[in-house]
Amino acid sequence: MSQSIWIVMQQREGKLHRMSREAITAGQQLAAAVGGSASAVLVAGDDSLAAEVAGYDLEQVKVAAAPVLADYTPGAFVGALAAAIDAEKPAFVVFPHTYQSVDFVPRLSQEVGAALVPEAISFEQVDGELIWKRPILGGKLQARVRVKGEGTIFVTVQSGAFPADSAATGQAEIQALALPGITADREILGVEQAGEDEVDLTKADIILGVGRGVGGPDKLGPLEELAERLGADIGASRPVIDNGWLPRDRQIGSSGQTVAPKLYLAVGISGAIQHQVGMKGSTCVVAINKDKSAPIFGISQYGLVGDLHELVPALNEALAEAE
Amino acid sequence: MRIAVCIKQVPDAEGRLKVAADGKWIDEDEIQFVINESDQYALEEALTLTEAHGGEVVVLSLGPDRVQDALRKALALGAKRAIHLEDSAFQGGDAHATARALAAAIQAEECDLVLTGAQSDDAGYGSTGSVLAGLLGWPHAWLVMGLEVEEGGTSAQVTREMESGMNELFRLQLPAVIEVQAGMNHPRYASLKGIMQAKRKPVDRPTPDDLGLTADQVGAAGSRLEIVDVAFPETDAGAQIFEGDAATAAKALLEKLRNEARVL
Ligand SMILES: Cc1cc2nc3c(=O)[nH]c(=O)nc-3n(C[C@H](O)[C@H](O)[C@H](O)COP(=O)(O)OP(=O)(O)OC[C@H]3O[C@@H](n4cnc5c(N)ncnc54)[C@H](O)[C@@H]3O)c2cc1C
Ligand SMILES: Nc1ncnc2c1ncn2[C@@H]1O[C@H](COP(=O)(O)O)[C@@H](O)[C@H]1O
Repeated sequence: MSQSIWIVMQQREGKLHRMSREAITAGQQLAAAVGGSASAVLVAGDDSLAAEVAGYDLEQVKVAAAPVLADYTPGAFVGALAAAIDAEKPAFVVFPHTYQSVDFVPRLSQEVGAALVPEAISFEQVDGELIWKRPILGGKLQARVRVKGEGTIFVTVQSGAFPADSAATGQAEIQALALPGITADREILGVEQAGEDEVDLTKADIILGVGRGVGGPDKLGPLEELAERLGADIGASRPVIDNGWLPRDRQIGSSGQTVAPKLYLAVGISGAIQHQVGMKGSTCVVAINKDKSAPIFGISQYGLVGDLHELVPALNEALAEAE
Repeated sequence: MRIAVCIKQVPDAEGRLKVAADGKWIDEDEIQFVINESDQYALEEALTLTEAHGGEVVVLSLGPDRVQDALRKALALGAKRAIHLEDSAFQGGDAHATARALAAAIQAEECDLVLTGAQSDDAGYGSTGSVLAGLLGWPHAWLVMGLEVEEGGTSAQVTREMESGMNELFRLQLPAVIEVQAGMNHPRYASLKGIMQAKRKPVDRPTPDDLGLTADQVGAAGSRLEIVDVAFPETDAGAQIFEGDAATAAKALLEKLRNEARVL
């Protein structure tokens, strides 16, 4: 029997989330590998996005549309999807690994008794068995995992792992999903800016990214000097902000700003995926880190391996000499 | 309010990591362990809430013997009691198996609120709290940056992080499971008095049987996700690394940035 693979789309205010397309790529590749057929699932207030999704090479676009699904809440989303999964028992359900998915997918997996592979970055077949790869320890290592036992398998796929432009186009049939009585479990009050929103790093030419490895707010002096000499703006990784060394509007990454300067100098930053998504569009990345196996070197053109407290002053001196 | 806080002990982010001989996890022999980062914020939030609304904090941790240190630290910070799921049957589980054990232990506690971290810094499933909420039949919220328990204690206003620097605000009913994101507050330091008091605070060590669970429902036996092996990522591109003393390396880098990359 051919296995059915469902790909759950994320949308907001009538627009598909960019990672929905990456999930389509992942679902199509998975279908090809296991000899199954891929369908998309759209959960929304109405079916206005169905036609766009139907333009991909999919068997069906299954639409769960109801006013209660217009604004995301885990209660309504889990209710809608659990009923459909229980009824049709797909072999796999693929989701984009977004903050929304991570909010409701584990709960949905518990509800329907599915296994969950969070944050997959690739898969391979070894002797007919599917093996998934996912980052562990902040991306410093990767684990290969398998799923034991029978039943539906959920996979959330990490940003950038399955390129959106590899998604095959085609013509899919649109089908409405039967919805049970579902209710929201949150009363939505609104959205707001997380930080002060005073610093716009998106237009900066050069950014010096400060990481936890810098060691404390009292150690920022030489970095500020380097930023000044280079004409760089200062950005930071999350722990630097969380610890109060720099204000929230300097955060770069999935929860902060997405930047693409000519030069990004990552100082004492390990390069976790949540940081990378905010800066990997930079033209040239330079990493300064004492750990030569830090993931940041994987996306850098140049690197200095050593103690930043020696290397940053050395850069300052070399720049001073050149002036 | 009676608040349960789930804390996981994880390898220190600063430590040098080595793959274990069996290839299935890291070698735990020579590394330091700390309380998972987001869990530290969850604990702080729970302590602040009980200071404002009265009540007490119970901390739970599933893990081997070494986890005692994490629990003692939480007790020193102000938690009243600790529950250590230490039995070997509990170990090596995925998020579902771990949540099953935690849920059973929490059910015996009659809590008004459960706080967890958003994500563990080692396994990183980002799932345990939400599965736990499902098992308890309570609402949940993942990636929480703000929590205000409302008048009467039956609902709370929650601020949840979205992508790209935005937050979402909503109200949910209590009891609930709140999965705290790092940066939510400013975790306190333990006082000397707290450290002394912690030594006398009780730590329970229930077995699966005590919690009404069978050994095959928890730990590795109760898990569907299994680690095949772990490895350092292959970096195909490979950065040009400048070696030598700091001054030489710095000059070599600047030369390349000016003349090869042409970004200075
Ligand atoms: C849902 C979610 C959202 C997140 N959003 C973001 C986000 O928007 N932005 C973000 O950045 N993170 C985010 N994170 C956190 C992210 O996962 C990482 O924890 C974080 O990026 C790590 O920051 P870091 O690299 O500064 O610290 P660490 O990972 O601790 O790395 C410190 C580095 O400094 C090096 N170092 C230490 N001392 C020295 C020295 N003396 N000389 C040279 N090198 C040294 C170390 O080798 C290490 O590589 C998020 C996490 C989650 C779960
Ligand atoms: N072994 C454990 N003991 C106690 N709490 C845990 C354990 N594993 C996970 N948690 C909690 O669940 C959160 C999410 O973990 P994870 O699903 O592994 O990313 C953590 O931040 C902890 O609060």
